[in-house]
Amino acid sequence: MTTLKINGVEHELDIDARTSLLDACRDHLALTGSKKGCDHGQCGACTMLVNGRRINSCLTLAIMHEGDEITTVEGLGDPDNLHPMQAAFLEHDGFQCGYCTPGQIVSAVGMLGEVADGWPSHASADLENGATLSGDEIRERMSGNLCRCSAYPNIVDAIETASTKLKENA
Amino acid sequence: MRPFEYARAGNVSEAGQLAGRFIAGGTNLLDLMKLEVEAPEKLVDITRLPLDKIEDTEDGGLRIGALVTNSDLAADPRIRRDYEVLSRALLAGASGQLRNKATTGGNLLQRTRCGYFYEPSQPCNKREPGSGCGAIGGFNRIHAILGTSDKCIATHPSDMAVAMQALEATVETQKTDGSTREIPLIEFHRLSGDTPEIETVLEPGELITAVRLPKSQGGNQVYRKVRDRASYAFALVSVAAVVKMDGGKIEWARLAFGGLAHKPWRNHDLEAALKGEAPSSALFDKAADILLADAKGQGENDFKIPLARRTLKAVLAQATKGA
Repeated sequence: MTTLKINGVEHELDIDARTSLLDACRDHLALTGSKKGCDHGQCGACTMLVNGRRINSCLTLAIMHEGDEITTVEGLGDPDNLHPMQAAFLEHDGFQCGYCTPGQIVSAVGMLGEVADGWPSHASADLENGATLSGDEIRERMSGNLCRCSAYPNIVDAIETASTKLKENA
Repeated sequence: MRPFEYARAGNVSEAGQLAGRFIAGGTNLLDLMKLEVEAPEKLVDITRLPLDKIEDTEDGGLRIGALVTNSDLAADPRIRRDYEVLSRALLAGASGQLRNKATTGGNLLQRTRCGYFYEPSQPCNKREPGSGCGAIGGFNRIHAILGTSDKCIATHPSDMAVAMQALEATVETQKTDGSTREIPLIEFHRLSGDTPEIETVLEPGELITAVRLPKSQGGNQVYRKVRDRASYAFALVSVAAVVKMDGGKIEWARLAFGGLAHKPWRNHDLEAALKGEAPSSALFDKAADILLADAKGQGENDFKIPLARRTLKAVLAQATKGA
């Protein structure tokens, strides 16, 4: 048996060793918020947080994550109590078909954590002193999340709004 | 994906004895297993091993544990301050999600992104020795121009390893009998030759435990990556440079190249030609002449020869500015 802690709840699963973390959530736990886009780590639709860091859940085995704190989009908020990032995507219409949206939202939450920790990016002019969140920084840091509807301008706006809101709340 | 046995290594010496394929970040291996390009019978999960620290060494350098993620390495204050070229190379690679998973050891061992290697219906001497090379005479826009063989023209895809090559890194390993060794990174990867399926000098079951960086020698550090997209794409050509200037002349230069060969490429003759010289466009052309003397295009990738020249010249111009 494999024990996974997802959104604060422990689940015991009898799964094949081949099961990805994404498939474990979607097919065994009915947590279908995370989406399977490419299944090869190229699109970011499956993004989850593991111990606070964003990863491609399609490219990791569920059995390797015993003891980890896993967060899916369902763990960020619910319809009556949206996470500020979810609310900002609604406010700015940061999607069209919506398939990539859970991955975008979870990735953006993880990304803001990286910025808060002072991590530089390829877009950062100064490596040593961290970065302020500009449009260029957001686009670079979110390049692992593709949107086939190309809602990118509104996604960037939504992330900027959520970033401001989260700072106010902090 | 083919079925496999799964084991979790409890300590470093046990890892090799479990006699399976090591898995850490898994971002490349699982991708290849889904395509059945790789089909290991047993996976040994090494993620619980205590190899995730970056430590100061006695000689003033750093010892980077094999399980340090690309993200943590790129963000480490010591790397950002003293080994900027490495931080820049890491940040130019993959995506945020992948960098959070990909490890230092795994990055060195990642496989080529040659389309023929990735497609089991196609011939590939690296995937299936003796089956031929589809890329020679085929779609070869991303392929190598230096050090190729008639068996394989694949490139090594890493950015990190290119910067580490310019920083003269060493790879620490432990063999299955418990003995350890240090392999200069320049000797770690092999050219394709007649056995493109053998990519490194590692023995079966030998585990990368760390990468050592010697004490920083300062200098101007530049990593320039040329690719099809502005982000999240492999290098067509990349250049890592560490250049020490003295009184308007190049005291020494260390350069490494990605996207050009089956391994991160370094050319000591090129570096010797720069030593003691005043920077000039003519000098940089001479350096490019040395780099590309034996370069061979394969048709679609012919453009890499002039692109490598231009990228090298631009990087040298940038890295030789100031003291």
